[in-house]
Parts: sequence; C-alpha cells; structure tokens
Amino acid sequence: MKNKQVIALLMSVLMGAGVLTGCGSASMASTGAGGSYFSSDEEGKVINIWTWNEEFRNRVTDYYPEVKETSSDGTVTTLKDGTEIHWTINPNQDGVYQDKLDEALKQQASADQDDKIDIFLAETDYLVKYIDKDIDVAIPLKELGIDPESDLYDQYKYTKDAACDADGVQRATSWQGCPGVFIYRRDIAREVFGTDDPDEVHALIADWDKYNEAAEKLKEAGYYMNSSTIDTQRVYTNNTKAPWVEKGSTTVKVDENVVKWIKDTKENLDKGYIHTTDGQWADTWNKDQGADSKVFGFFGPAWFVDFTLTPNYGESAEPNWGICESPQAYNWGGSFIVGCSGTDNKEHIKDIMLSLTGNKDVLLDIAKGTGDFTNTQSGMKELSEDDSFKSEFLCGQNPYKIYAPAAENIVMDKLSPYDQGCVEALGNSFGDYFNDKVDFEKAKENFETTIKERYPDITEVVWPE
Amino acid sequence: MENAPLRTEEMPTETRKEVSVMNTRKKIDYSKWGYIFIAPFFICFFIFSLIPLVDTIRYSFFQYYTTGLKEVGPNFTGISNYVELFASDLGKYTWNTFIMWIIGFVPQIIIALILAAWFTDCRLKIHGKGFFKVVIYLPNLIMASAFSMLFFTLFSEVGPINSMMMQLGFFEKPFKFLASVGGSRSLVAIMNFLMWFGNTTIMLMAAIMGISPDIFEAAEIDGCNNTQRFFKITLPLIKPILAYSLITSLIGGLQMFDVPQILTGGKGTPDRTTMTLIMFLNQHLKARNYGMAGALSVYLFIVSGILCAIVYRMMNNESDYGEKKSKKKGERS
Repeated sequence: MKNKQVIALLMSVLMGAGVLTGCGSASMASTGAGGSYFSSDEEGKVINIWTWNEEFRNRVTDYYPEVKETSSDGTVTTLKDGTEIHWTINPNQDGVYQDKLDEALKQQASADQDDKIDIFLAETDYLVKYIDKDIDVAIPLKELGIDPESDLYDQYKYTKDAACDADGVQRATSWQGCPGVFIYRRDIAREVFGTDDPDEVHALIADWDKYNEAAEKLKEAGYYMNSSTIDTQRVYTNNTKAPWVEKGSTTVKVDENVVKWIKDTKENLDKGYIHTTDGQWADTWNKDQGADSKVFGFFGPAWFVDFTLTPNYGESAEPNWGICESPQAYNWGGSFIVGCSGTDNKEHIKDIMLSLTGNKDVLLDIAKGTGDFTNTQSGMKELSEDDSFKSEFLCGQNPYKIYAPAAENIVMDKLSPYDQGCVEALGNSFGDYFNDKVDFEKAKENFETTIKERYPDITEVVWPE
Repeated sequence: MENAPLRTEEMPTETRKEVSVMNTRKKIDYSKWGYIFIAPFFICFFIFSLIPLVDTIRYSFFQYYTTGLKEVGPNFTGISNYVELFASDLGKYTWNTFIMWIIGFVPQIIIALILAAWFTDCRLKIHGKGFFKVVIYLPNLIMASAFSMLFFTLFSEVGPINSMMMQLGFFEKPFKFLASVGGSRSLVAIMNFLMWFGNTTIMLMAAIMGISPDIFEAAEIDGCNNTQRFFKITLPLIKPILAYSLITSLIGGLQMFDVPQILTGGKGTPDRTTMTLIMFLNQHLKARNYGMAGALSVYLFIVSGILCAIVYRMMNNESDYGEKKSKKKGERS
C-alpha cells in the first residue's frame, strides 16, 4: 500500500511537471549543404518563398515578368515555365517569423527537395543574423551567378554594404531603399508656421534645436510634434558612432546618441510635445495618423507613407500631407531577398533577384506603381527630376525630390546581430521611465536585464560617461 | 468455510487430478490485456512527457543556448544556472505571480460561494438556473489570448473605457491602465477572476448539493437562520472541496502566463511588475536558453510538486475514510 502511494504520488508529480515542460530540444544542424549551396543541378518545380507580409508577394505577382497567374487564395503563384512559387507567410510580430524560419532552416538539410526553402526575406534589423559567413545559410550572390559589381551597379551602395558578410561577400539584395524623411500635416503647418512648403518646413526643423523650437510653437497652438515617444528613436539610433556590439565582443555599448534620445524624448514628453508613450503600431499611434488628430508629423520612409499612413489617414480624406528632409538622415527598414542554401532553383533565384532588384525598368515601374523608393540610383534621380511625377496623397508633391538626396546620405556600416533586441529593449525599458514609473537608473537596470535574457552571450552593458 | 467441498486430500486420486487441471485453468492470466490497454498512455507519457522532463532537468546543469543562428553548448557548468537564477529577480516574479493570483482568487471564491449558495437554495426558487450556469461558465470557453486582446483594446489610452469615464466626468484625462502597476495587475486579476469564477461556482454547487438535505431540515426545525445555516453547516461541510479548489487554483496560478503575456506583449510592463514565472521562462526560451529555462523549470517543478503532494494528501485522507468503511464491510461478511 505504502509503495503504491509513493508511486502514485510520483506519477502525479511527474504529470504536473509534464505540463510545465513542453519544450524539447533539437540540435541545430549546419544548414550549409557541405561545399555546394545547391542540392541539385536540375531546376526544381517548386520555389518556396518565406516572408512576413504581402509586400514581396505583391511585388513578384505585379512586377516579375515571368509570372503567369496566382491562385485566388494567394498561396501559389505559377510562372510561365510551369514552375510554382509556394508562399509561406508568418507575421513578424513577437519574432514569430524568425522563430519559424529558424526552425525550418534547421530542417533544411533533411527536407524533401520540394519542401526546402529556396528564398526567404529578411529585414535590415535582423539581416546580419542570416548573412553570417559561419552559418552560411545565405548563398553568396556570386555563387548564384550574379556579379554585384556589374549586375547591381545601379543599386545604392549602402544597401549592398548592409548585405555583405564579414568578408565583404554580398549575400542578399534588396529592391528598395528606405531613406527616412519627415512627414507633416500641411494644414497645421500653414496655421502655425504660415507655410507648408517642404523647403521652408525643413528649415524650421533643420536640427534638433530648431526642431524643439518648432515643437514649442506647435504646443502653444494646441498641437503635438510627434505621436509616440518611439517616433524619433530610429533617427537617433541610426546616427550612432559605433554598433551596439562590436564584432567578436560580448559587450553592449550604449552610444551617446542613444542616451541623448532618452534625455531629449523625456524632456519633450514632459513639455507636452509628444502625445503618448504608447509605442508604434499601437492603437493611439494609428489614430494619430487620422484626419482629426492633433499630431503634426511622423518620421518614416517611403513605405511608411504608402503602407501605413495612407490607410490610417483614410483613402477618401482630403490629401493633406507633405514631406521634407528629417533633421538627421536615417534609414528605417528594407526587405532583402536571400537565396537559401540547399535550394534546387538556382536559375530562378538568380532571375528573380536580377529582375526585381537589378532591372531599372522594373524598379521604375514599382516606384511609379506603388510609391516605393526603389533601389536604382539613376532611376530615382530621373524620377526626382521628373516634374510631371506627382503624388496625389502628398498634395501634388514629387516625393522623390526629397527621398533621392536623403538616400545619398545613409550610412549603414554599424549593423550588428543584436540590433533588433537592443532597439526593442530600449523602447520597452525606457517606456517606464517616460511614464515616470521608474527612475533613469532603474530603467537602465531593466534594459540590462532584458538584454542579458535575450542574448545570454552578452556579458555586460556599458553606458557612456 | 464450513460448507466447502471435500478437501483435496480426501478426494480419490482421479478426482484430485481433475481438480489440479481446473486449478491451472483458473490461473489463466488475463491481466496482460490490462497492461496492453494502458500501454498507449504510458508510451505517450514516456516519449512526450518523461523524456523531455528528464532532459529539462539534465539541461539545467548545462550552458546551452542559441545566439543568432549559432548554437552554444551544451557544456556542463554544474549549478551555475541555479546560482544565476537565484541571483536574478526570481523572488520578484514569484511575488508578481502570487499577488496577481490572490487579487483574482479572493473575489473568485467569494462570488462563487455566494452564487453556489443561491443556486442550491431550494427556498429561493430561482428560475432558469441552467441558463445562468451556462452564462457564468461562458468566459472560460473564450481563449485567454482573445480575452486579453479584448481587454487590451477596451482599456487602452484611446479605448472605450477611457472615453466613457471621461464623458461621465470621472477622469479628467485618459488613465493609462497598462502603464500603472495597480492598473495592469488588476486587469490581469479581473480577467482571471472572470474566466474562472464560473468553474468554481459549479464545483462548489456540486459540493453543496452533496450535503444531505436532512441536516438542513433539522437545522431549520431548530430555528437556524440563513446566515447560521451558511456558516455553521454549508461552509464546514464543503471544506474539503474548498481546499481542493484553493490548491488547484494555486497550481493554475503558478502557471499563469497567457493573460499577462498578451496584455503586456510579453514584456511584463510596467517595470516588469506583471512578469509571472512562466513569462520569465518564456524570456529565456526566446533565446533558446535551455540551461536557464531548465533551471527555472526545475524550480517550478519543485514548487508545484510540493503543491501536488498537498493535494494528494488531502484527497488521500478522504479515500482513507472510505477504505476503512469498506474494510469494515468486508469484516462483516
């Protein structure tokens, strides 16, 4: 009897614990196909593409010349030669896309020929993670038969630099550039500053001191300069002197400019220049882009205008926005096409990459059709000089006049694999500080805790003097 | 035994043989079928529960995580994970979990008791009991994540609750529920309360209905009023079930994560005051840090093991009582 009790107790405890331990482990096999990046010399009949939203699929179905048709549910696109593109779309939020992608990359070597990932997309924030030369999941463009020097000569240099591994081998390519600009409400500009001309508005916010002066004027008139405390974050963090983590180091170095962002934002929030401490993509932020909001401006690149602001403002509302250069040049986002090691569709990957990122005509079509800023220096220059090109949403302004020079100033040599976590942790930990829930020191401590949890290999966090 | 047939020794030899054949026939063992029938469960249990469980414990002594796509370890590091775990804010997260559980549990048990007492009181003659039982149980059927998304929207800075309160003149400016410690913890507690009070009510109703009506009648004849009846009869008699729901809720509370996870986007804002133990575990799993996550799981394992042991003891005492009864019966026959 006693024995049975002990066994039963043991069992019940084990059962209880079983609930708590859902997660097994799988070993991360090297995904590189050992010497060759291609699992077969023959072209496969299925191209698997992994991405996180509709954007790239729409670019392919609308602008890739080889496309024949797409199934009504959007999961399969058939090319003219009969090859099928199978789309796998997982949302970016909470790292879902990366988690699933990482899991699938682990299985890449053992997956069936037609189930292997052939192309996946990566955002600038985590591109470095995938183009790492030791991991070797991203096929160097040269191996695909693309010479970045000659085939992609017209691309912006910074987009090519960002896609290079430690040895300078380019392993991904993008069809877009994401030079950030300042987007403002014309009616508020006219009311408060007496002008809505992009050059004159830019003069009013040419540097951060002037920017704050303008914010004060807006506040007196009952408006906010920004919606969220996070709005200016990228402008500051893109202009740091060093990456978050230097190569080979296990120390997160917080840049002076990051601390300046915290100080400035707190000050501006307390002065009433900023509407909310809710983050970007939050309800408040979306509503602040609406027609009856009191927020003067937003920071964002071309895709922000097209993909976020336009639907939030409402297609039917009276056009009321203008864009001008930001106080500091910055870059936000950028989707890169990555050929995945183990693929059996070498030729197709090459063709898709060349058509969508190296063909000026296609890129100009994308720009004209969607308002995206595309990765062709000469094309963007032409478009910016083309006075007949006007954006209705921006009240007849030619946005490329602003985008094109802004793109020239972007430098992207400070990427590290830790960027995404650092930027996210920064917003979250200091959100409490902005809300007066914790003091500066406590927020710093929370930032360090979060970073060390997210990246167990980080040993310390250093703050500027 | 008096009426038993002839003893074997007294039988003639041939009959004796037959009996021994009968005996062997009787010994045909059907118990293997029992084992075969329960085997699927045990196979599943060993593969999907026991092996991962043992692995988890093993990994808690290793340095084993992923950074980017690179895997580090497993390297044996002894108890360093445990040292690190107890040096972290583990106490704070345990406290968070406990406090959010208790603010939800207290109203839950009170409301459930009142409702159960009302529903089982035959003098009140409540109509449509079945309907109300379904309604109070309904919140439990909604997914916790959907429920917290709903609350997230309702209580956001520009949400309907804030605009209602401002129109009614209670608030001058929007109150940031999710940016205040009390606000966000109460929201979590309220949600857990709403989701689970129906369940508890139904359990307590069953307990109350199990009390013999004779006792209530006798009490009434003796001039017992409603309050006395509740506190002197109902409450003491459902104590075991009350204790049971306390413990199960405590174990459930220990594993609380879905509601705060969705409500705060997994960040436990503000200032990590809504970070529960399982959310803390999730933070480590984000980096696939099997070592630290393992150590934390072992900690949870021990805590919930203790709680399970208490439940088991409690339920075992109950059945001991039953066993004694049946033993007596056996003696009598």
